[in-house]
Amino acid sequence: MIANFGYGSLIVTFLVSLYGIGAAIYGARRDAASWVNSARNAMLLTFPLVTLSALSIVYLLVNGHYEVAYVAQVTSNSMPLYLKVTALWGGQAGSLVFWCWLMSAFASAVALRKWDRDREFLPWVIVVCSITLAFFLGLVIFIENPFVRLWQSFSGEPIARMFQPAGTLPYVPSDGNGLNPLLRHPGMVLHPPMLYLGFVSFVIPYAFAIAALITGRSDDRWIRITRRWTLVAWLFLSMGLVLGMRWAYDVLGWGGYWAWDPVEIAALMPWLTGTAFLHSVMIQEKRGLLKQWNMVLIIFTYDLVIFGTFLTRSGVLSSVHAFAQSAIGPVFFAFIGLTLITSLAFLMRRWNELAGEGHMTSLLSREALFLDNNLLFMGILVVCFWGVIFPLISELVTGQKVTVGPPFYKRATGPLFAGLLFLMAISPLSAWRHSNTKTIQRVIWKPFIVSLVLVVVLLVAGVSQPFSLLGFWLVALVILVTLYEFWRGAVARHRAQGESLPVALWRLASRNRRRYGGYIVHLGMVVMAVGIIGIEIFQTQTQATLQQGESLSLGAYTMRYDNLAIFDTPDGRNVARAVVTISKNGKIVGDLHPRRDYYYESQQPMTIPGVRSTWEDDFYVVLVDWQPVTTQSATFKVYHNPLINWLWMGSLIFILGTLVAAWPERENELATEKVKSTTFIPASV
Amino acid sequence: MTGSINLRNVFSGRGKFLIGGLLIIAAVVYLIVSSTQANAQYFLTVEEMASKATDGRDVRVSGAVVGDSILYDPQALTLSFTVADVPGDNKVIEAQGGLAAVLHAAVSDPSRPRMKVVYSGPKPDLLRDEAQAIMTGHMGTDGVFYADELLLKCPTKYEEAVPSQVTK
Repeated sequence: MIANFGYGSLIVTFLVSLYGIGAAIYGARRDAASWVNSARNAMLLTFPLVTLSALSIVYLLVNGHYEVAYVAQVTSNSMPLYLKVTALWGGQAGSLVFWCWLMSAFASAVALRKWDRDREFLPWVIVVCSITLAFFLGLVIFIENPFVRLWQSFSGEPIARMFQPAGTLPYVPSDGNGLNPLLRHPGMVLHPPMLYLGFVSFVIPYAFAIAALITGRSDDRWIRITRRWTLVAWLFLSMGLVLGMRWAYDVLGWGGYWAWDPVEIAALMPWLTGTAFLHSVMIQEKRGLLKQWNMVLIIFTYDLVIFGTFLTRSGVLSSVHAFAQSAIGPVFFAFIGLTLITSLAFLMRRWNELAGEGHMTSLLSREALFLDNNLLFMGILVVCFWGVIFPLISELVTGQKVTVGPPFYKRATGPLFAGLLFLMAISPLSAWRHSNTKTIQRVIWKPFIVSLVLVVVLLVAGVSQPFSLLGFWLVALVILVTLYEFWRGAVARHRAQGESLPVALWRLASRNRRRYGGYIVHLGMVVMAVGIIGIEIFQTQTQATLQQGESLSLGAYTMRYDNLAIFDTPDGRNVARAVVTISKNGKIVGDLHPRRDYYYESQQPMTIPGVRSTWEDDFYVVLVDWQPVTTQSATFKVYHNPLINWLWMGSLIFILGTLVAAWPERENELATEKVKSTTFIPASV
Repeated sequence: MTGSINLRNVFSGRGKFLIGGLLIIAAVVYLIVSSTQANAQYFLTVEEMASKATDGRDVRVSGAVVGDSILYDPQALTLSFTVADVPGDNKVIEAQGGLAAVLHAAVSDPSRPRMKVVYSGPKPDLLRDEAQAIMTGHMGTDGVFYADELLLKCPTKYEEAVPSQVTK
C-alpha cells in the first residue's frame, strides 16, 4: 500500500517535471509569463511530491516491511532506528531517490528567489533543473525502483517485481540482510548526504550558466547570482570528502584515509573543477576575462557530478565502494554525453559574444596567477582521469589490462599540489592587472625569511626528508603570508580610522568577507596539508603477536597487551575487544580498545582500531587475530601516524572560512536599499 | 636582427602567457607519462600468469580464493592460499552469469589453472571461499606468487537483489 503510494508519487513527480520542461520552453519561446509561472509552480510542486515518496521509503524501512526488496536488502530487525532511517541512502535505489529529493528541494529554493531583475533566466533554469530531476526520477521509476516487492512462485523461485506476477504469492522475509556493517558508522550516516548536497548544489550554477548561454546575456550576472550557491556546493562537497576520509580512517582499519580508489577520485574530480571555477569567476567579475573558460568549467563540473553519482552507484569500477553491477551504466553515459554535447553546442553558439574584455598584461598579476591555479587544478584533474581510464585505454591499444595504483597518483599529483601551495603563498600579494617580482618581493621578504628560519629549525630538529622539508616550507610560507595580509590590513585600518587593532581586524574581515573568508579557507587547506605530509611521509608501522603482559614498541610508544574479552551484543554482533596499555617514553598515557565485531546476520567481521590521538601524532592499533578461548595471545598491527589530526582540524578551519565568505553582506545590502529609495542607481552597481 | 625582434615580441605580448601555459602543460604531461611508466602494472588472470614470463616484475593478478587452501600462521603473520583462474574481462563475467557465479564455477572446477599465493600481514576480514582476490606482487622462482597487497571482494555480501533467506 505505502509502496504503491510512494511509487505513484514518483510517477506523478516525473510527469509534473516533464510538464514543467514543456511549459517553460513554450513560455520562453512565446514570451508568455503565465506559462513560465505555471512551469515554476510545477517545479515547486516536485518538492512535496518527492518528499512524500522519500517518506514512504523511510516508513517502510523503519517498520520493517521486508516484502519490499530494498528494505530487505539494507535493513534488519536488529538495526537501531537512526540507521534504519539513514538506510534511505544505504543502497543504490534509495540513494537515487534521496538525490531526487535534494534536487527538488534546491530547485524549489531557486524558484522562490526574487526574479525581478533576471526574469529571462527563469524558464531556462527551470528547464535545466527539471531535466536533471526528470533524468534521476526516470532512473528510479524504470530501472532502480526502491519499491519493488518480493514474490514467490509455486516452484519456490523468488522474484522481485513491482506488481504481483501471475502465479506467485507475496513473500515476506522475517528479517532483512541488514546494512553492510562497514557503513554503520556516524561518518557514513553523514558522508553520503554531504557529498550529494555538494553534487546537487552544483546543478544550480550550471543551470544559470546554461540560461545565460541560451538567453545570450554575456555579462557576469549568472555568476553573481550563483556565487553563494557555488560556495555552498563547494563546502558540502569538501565536507563530504573529508567525512569520507574520516570514515576510512576510523572504520577500514588500514591506517590511512585516502586510497586513490576510483570512487574517491570520482568524488574528487568535480571538487577540482569546482575549486578552479570558484577562483576563475573572480577574474571574470574583476576583469571581464575568461568568460568562455568559466562556462567550460561549470559544464565540466556538472557532468563530473553526474559521472560521480554514476560511479559511486554503479559498480562499474572495482573498489571498496562498489555496489553491484546494474543496468544504469549505459543510461548514465547517454545522459552525460547528451548534456555535455548540448551544453558545449550552446557555448559554441555564444563563443564570440563571450570574448574577454581585454588582455592579461602581467605574468605576475593576480589574474595570471589565478590562471596558473586553474591550469594546475586541471592538471590534477587530467592525472585523475588518466589514472581511472588508463586500464581501459591500455586494453584497447595493447589488448593487455594495465593498471596504475596510488604511487602513480601520489607521484603525479604531488608536484602539482606543491605548485598550488606556492601560488597560495604569492597570490595574496599580487595585484590585479599589473604586478611584478618587485612589487611581490617588497611584501614577501619578511614572511619568506621567517619561513626559512622555520626550515632551519626543522633541520636542526632532525627532519631531513627533502620532500617534507619542501612541503613544510611551503605550508609555513602560506600561513605567514596569509597572517601577514590580515596584519597589514588591520594596521592600515588602525592608522587610517584610529580603530583599535582587534576592532580593525574584525571590521577588515567583515567588510571584505569574500577575500578574507577565502584566506581562512587557504589556512584550512594548508593545515590539512600538514596532516597529509605527516601521514604520507612519516607513517611507520609494525606488527607482532603478543602474549598477555608482553609489549611491542614503535617510535616513542610502547604498547602492552593486557587482556581480551569476547562477548555477544543485543544487536547481533560478536565482539572481541582487547585492552592494551599505551606508554610514551616510558610513561603510561592510557588504554586503547581495538576490537573486532562479527556480524552474525551478514557473516561479516569488521575491524575497529583503537586510536590515541594528539596534535603531535596518532597511535593506531588494529586487533588482527587472537587465540580463541584462552585469549593468551593476540596479534596486533600498529601504525604511528604523525600530525594526522591537523587534517581534521584544517577541515574545521576551511568550513569556517567558507561560511565567512558566503555570509550575506547585510550591511551593504541595507545601505544599497537606503540609497535606492532616494536616488536611482544603475543596475551595474 | 628580425629574430631578436620577434623574440622580444614573444616575451612582451601574449606570447609569454602562451609560453607559461605551455610550460605548465608540459610539466603535467611529463608527470603523467613518467609516473605511468614508473607505476604501471599488468593486470593478469591466473591463466596468463602461468603462460607468461613476468621476470619477477610487479603485476596485479585477479583470482577466486579456494577456501580449503587458506592457511594462516598468526605467529609469523604469514598467509597462504590458492586462487583459481577467473576471466579478466567484465563482459565475459557478465555473460557467464555475474561475478558470484563465475567465482563459484572457478573454485568448483579443479581443471582450471591455479596459483599458490603467499602474503605476509594480517588476515583480511573478507578472505573466504569464493571471494575475488586482487593481488599485487611478483612471481617467485618457486612458482609461488608473493603478494604485497591484497584486495578482496565478496560479491554475495554486497548488494544482493534478493536476500539469502529467499534463495534457501
